[in-house]
Amino acid sequence: MSAHAHRDDIGSKLGMWLFIFTELLLFGGLFITYVVYRYMHPEAFHLASQELDVPIGTINTIILLISSATIAMSVTAIQQGKKKLTLTLIGSTIVLAAIFLVNKYFEWGAKFDHGIFPGSEYLDQLGYGDVLFFGLYFFMTGLHAFHIVIGMVLLGFIFYYVKTDRLKSDNFQLLENGGLYWHLVDLIWIFLFPLFYLIA
Amino acid sequence: MADEKHHIIPHKTLLMVLGVLIVLTLLSVAITQIELAQWSTAAALLLAGIKSTFVLLIFMHLKYDMRIFRVMVGLIIALIVVVMIVTMLDYFFR
Repeated sequence: MSAHAHRDDIGSKLGMWLFIFTELLLFGGLFITYVVYRYMHPEAFHLASQELDVPIGTINTIILLISSATIAMSVTAIQQGKKKLTLTLIGSTIVLAAIFLVNKYFEWGAKFDHGIFPGSEYLDQLGYGDVLFFGLYFFMTGLHAFHIVIGMVLLGFIFYYVKTDRLKSDNFQLLENGGLYWHLVDLIWIFLFPLFYLIA
Repeated sequence: MADEKHHIIPHKTLLMVLGVLIVLTLLSVAITQIELAQWSTAAALLLAGIKSTFVLLIFMHLKYDMRIFRVMVGLIIALIVVVMIVTMLDYFFR
């Protein structure tokens, strides 16, 4: 093989976007489910939503927004040939993701302590609306958290590739694709947050 | 293919977008704390829409990419919105 390995950055990006579309449709379907159930049980959704911790939700939203900005900045940094800064920014994104998950752990833990989890006796007593609200809450934020974990693994690989110079200023599409994935995770949370936490 | 060369987004732009996103987040929390009845959900969703537009255009580079990417993303969002509206019409007027 010569130095001219075959590469198609635009095709690679296109592939990433196609994958993102499938993710948008997946969560889109869940959001539609949410809208229908909320329409059928407005009172229960309203009351159940007040169980959620708005300050923690807000802090987590801001953490995710910052992590989205740092990964976007890493794409800029790698194009400018600043390897150390790129690594710092990718590393920060992974750390922020971990903080998000720790907050999530405490948030879910508090719910479990109050007897609120799928299939719990307490929840069954509250009625269909609450079961549906918390079912959707745990499933959607859980699926989102699962995406965070996958994103952390993906960014971990990318971090290693940048460190070992496999990704450089003239060849960074993988980092950009990882960034696109991370922004998707942020995008989903932007809608999850008001729909679950901010039902006034 | 007008934009073959990769556009580099300055850090300053990205940080400004981050600032806007955080302000909009705090605004949506504040708006739902005061009583606007059903309008608060609409307002929170509107703000979420504005936030996601910033993320899509700047963070995800759609503003600087080839037009085909913007067209595709627009179509997917339109698809989700249409399915959502059809479903809601079905439930609301059953």
